[in-house]
Amino acid sequence: MLSPKVQALFDEPGCDKNQAKDDKARKKGCSKPLTPGAAAGGCAFDGAKIVLQPITDAAHLVHAPLACEGNSWDNRGAASSGPMLWRTSFTTDLTELDVVMGQGERKLYRAIREIIEEHAPPAVFVYETCVTALIGDDLDAVCRHATDKFGVPVIPVHAAGFVGSKNLGNKLAGEALLDHVIGTHEPDDVGPTDINILGEFNLVGEFWMVKPLLDELGIRVRACIPGDARYLDVASAHTAKASMMVCSTALINLARKMEERWGIPFFEGSFYGVADTSDALRQIAKLLVERGVPADLIDRTEALIAREEAIVWAKLERYRARLSGKRVLLNTGGVKSWSVASALMEIGIEIVGTSTKKSTDEDKERIRELLEDEHKMFEGLAPRDLYTLLERHDADIMLSGGRTQFIALKARMPWLDINQERHHPYAGYDGMVELVRQIDIAIANPMWAEVNAPSPFDAEGNVIGETVIGLSRRSAGAQPPLPVPPPPGGRGLAGMGSSQSVGREDVGQSSSFGAGGSTGGTPSSSPPSRGRDREGGLGFASVATSDLTPTHTYKKFAGSGSGDADDC
Amino acid sequence: MAHVLHSEKAASTNPLKSSQPLGAAFAYLGVDGCVPLFHGSQGCTSFALVLFVRHFKETIPLQTTAMDEVATIMGGADHLEEAILNLKNRTKPKLIGIATTALVETRGEDFAGDLAIIKAKRAEALVGTEVVLAATPDFNGSIEDGWSKAVVAMIDGITARVSARRNPRRVAVLPGFDLTVADIEEIRETIEAFGLEPTILPDVSGALDGTVPGRWIPTTYGGTSVEDIRTLGECVHCLAVGENQRAAAEKLAEVADVPYTLFGTLTGLRPFDRFVTALSEISGRPVPAKLRRQRSQLADALLDGHFHFGGKKIAIAAEPDLLYRLATFFVGLGAEVTTAVTTVGGSRILADVPAETVEIGDLGLFEKLAGDADLLVTHSHGRQASERLGIPLFRVGFPIFDRLGTQHRAHVGYRGTRDLIFEVANIFQSHLHAPTPEGLNPFARRETDHDSRPSSEPRRH
Repeated sequence: MLSPKVQALFDEPGCDKNQAKDDKARKKGCSKPLTPGAAAGGCAFDGAKIVLQPITDAAHLVHAPLACEGNSWDNRGAASSGPMLWRTSFTTDLTELDVVMGQGERKLYRAIREIIEEHAPPAVFVYETCVTALIGDDLDAVCRHATDKFGVPVIPVHAAGFVGSKNLGNKLAGEALLDHVIGTHEPDDVGPTDINILGEFNLVGEFWMVKPLLDELGIRVRACIPGDARYLDVASAHTAKASMMVCSTALINLARKMEERWGIPFFEGSFYGVADTSDALRQIAKLLVERGVPADLIDRTEALIAREEAIVWAKLERYRARLSGKRVLLNTGGVKSWSVASALMEIGIEIVGTSTKKSTDEDKERIRELLEDEHKMFEGLAPRDLYTLLERHDADIMLSGGRTQFIALKARMPWLDINQERHHPYAGYDGMVELVRQIDIAIANPMWAEVNAPSPFDAEGNVIGETVIGLSRRSAGAQPPLPVPPPPGGRGLAGMGSSQSVGREDVGQSSSFGAGGSTGGTPSSSPPSRGRDREGGLGFASVATSDLTPTHTYKKFAGSGSGDADDC
Repeated sequence: MAHVLHSEKAASTNPLKSSQPLGAAFAYLGVDGCVPLFHGSQGCTSFALVLFVRHFKETIPLQTTAMDEVATIMGGADHLEEAILNLKNRTKPKLIGIATTALVETRGEDFAGDLAIIKAKRAEALVGTEVVLAATPDFNGSIEDGWSKAVVAMIDGITARVSARRNPRRVAVLPGFDLTVADIEEIRETIEAFGLEPTILPDVSGALDGTVPGRWIPTTYGGTSVEDIRTLGECVHCLAVGENQRAAAEKLAEVADVPYTLFGTLTGLRPFDRFVTALSEISGRPVPAKLRRQRSQLADALLDGHFHFGGKKIAIAAEPDLLYRLATFFVGLGAEVTTAVTTVGGSRILADVPAETVEIGDLGLFEKLAGDADLLVTHSHGRQASERLGIPLFRVGFPIFDRLGTQHRAHVGYRGTRDLIFEVANIFQSHLHAPTPEGLNPFARRETDHDSRPSSEPRRH
């Protein structure tokens, strides 16, 4: 049942990459076959849920044993301006008995009823998963029956995990929307400037940084799929005049089929980076004018772009002094590399490398032009290679997704999340400023110097850093000699004076002596007061010279370089 | 370098300070078998007592000379003598620690002289009990100064002046009032890991650590023993924690020739590296693997935690040493101390606080200055400001009366710093604001200019 649908998805006329393949290659699908033991990334179910779940007022019910939903719920930072039902997790939590006795369908039906009774959602999405697909639960029949019975749309989503990759799941979710949702509601307020934004997830609410720009131009977002979407908006998406497709590889089938069915033209764009944001606004205006909107929209758009670009460049300019010459490694698939790279380079940041894993050929060409160096582009790096690269500190910061976060951190390398787990919005003009600001905050954090400095203790625990109490160093493990009591009446000034200076100099900063004064323990090179301190204050007078043979030459932390064998 | 600004205000609104005698009593409470005695009117003691009880959730032995109208006019020496003798008879303490209050100091008597006469006259009755006195009028200084003066008084009054034979394993530790029971234990454990024997003065970890003694004891139980104070001169080195302990460390150097090293803070990787290095140097032993592992854990905590601190604005109101300790901690993780308020201006550590300015003031001023902060850091009385400003409060210092277990939070050492990072990061995480369309609207934010670091100048600290 699903197989023809998947095969159809592998023939995507809207995708240049797909069309460039021959028939045989196309049949194999978009993503490379998975290698058991060396695969990474989510399954089709994951991909389908990512696309549909941000529809905020719908209930999302996962028909599966616990793992599929139980291990993955509430893990994405899409933001809602209203309903929060999407964050409530629903699963049928199938047990062994359910599976063996074939009670899955009945349990699913009851679960749908409970959810509708308790939450009254405008729709319920029901997700098929590996086990329920395998045991042959008839999801379509249950959903159809529930829809009839309860009068609420119940939509089956066929994207069991074993079907394929996350990307395929994205597309299958698009198919579910096309089959069951879009076009099922006729709004009474269709306008000439209605548009759809497809593949925008509104992570951290970042689409709200863009939407006011569209508002100012009088452009209305009929449906943003799926970011901050309401079910009825999605159901009415077929009435829009144009579409922008944001995350191209995820929902291209949706955009193309909406064009086929309802004649909605689309373009592919991005809100990341200054140039891309401007370009996206231009394209939207152009498509709308082609659909009959008065041509002055283009002029107004250009005026807005000019105004906003001036502001954003002025804001970015403030960071030039702080970030000029800093080296950034862009290791990302999601955020379109070239536009972000170009904005960073504009304020003097150097791009030392960029991943082109998910870039289109056109993007790659632009990056090539921008960086003027083929070698700075890479498809993807194995964790070990990446660690080696980062440990050399050939870059000042890596921008990437959470998957490589700890490779960077363990290499003590500043890192900024620019994928879906991030906490800062980067879309639109202000998003670019926020990105640069976050790069600045990350690089400028003083803790990097602390964790990158070698440990003052060597692998055996011997102190190799600067002295603190002003002692000449004894060999490790040696018991200190039994000190001689200070001579009567001799206590006081000498000991006191010197210890005072120890205290004063040391407050709040690393000790400044020891480097010169203690090298080789030559008394002549140490300050006189410290010499007295050692003898009078600590009472090592008689044995000092013979016993206190130094075993280390003091070095500045930075100079030693050998002290971090077992420490951080 | 911070500029220290003094308030011109007449009215102190929502005080930040606790008074000097309270600080002295606090220090005395860290000595075994002690009863602190306020030389003043009943109320001085009672308020301090209630505040202590609220903070520690323990019975606190604290007595008063109960100065009345007549004594105030005629002189308080009799009351002092009577109080000492009564305490001796009733509680058999090893130490009576006297803190003078504003009342008797305003009257102005020769307390040291009075006490010397009492001690001479009643020598027989007072056998086995040390009596020391710290001049701590309420109108001067604050809890930190009171603490310091009491420690100086104890060293001055008890520590033997005859040249002691040094014990190469013994070190003296002079901690600040802002260190909790758990902090002290962390310090002790670290020192003992080098085979050294610390004498910690005062040691609140013994007396105020919330144990159940199984019988009624009218004095403190646990803490530094008087005998250990007497023999402090045996110590091979003295480790003072906090600028405020300088006076006590110098007193010990003067009395018994013990050299000292002062540590401004023990919170943070580098500061504790210095402490550990010092211990290794004093003991001649290498740093144990356990400590090096803790160090590595702290490094990882810095890596994991820094995301939550970078660019955050922190408002701190605390005693000078605690202010310095917390401000360096926050700034070290990439946050900015936008508001720093402290109690008294005398400490030279204030100049090193990594903030533009340090204001001498109260919580009223703090609340006015801290409006745009992401976190308030002060004691429990900051809770009203926190509610009004809608900014979370991280409780530190004294008093903390609306949270349990604060004495068992360590914020010094590798482990303590690690836990501090987590504790604060968790506050930030539990107060994440969900993004809203209004909050992210670029036009709405144009006026407020959300990219808050205005200039392109590098930060100075």
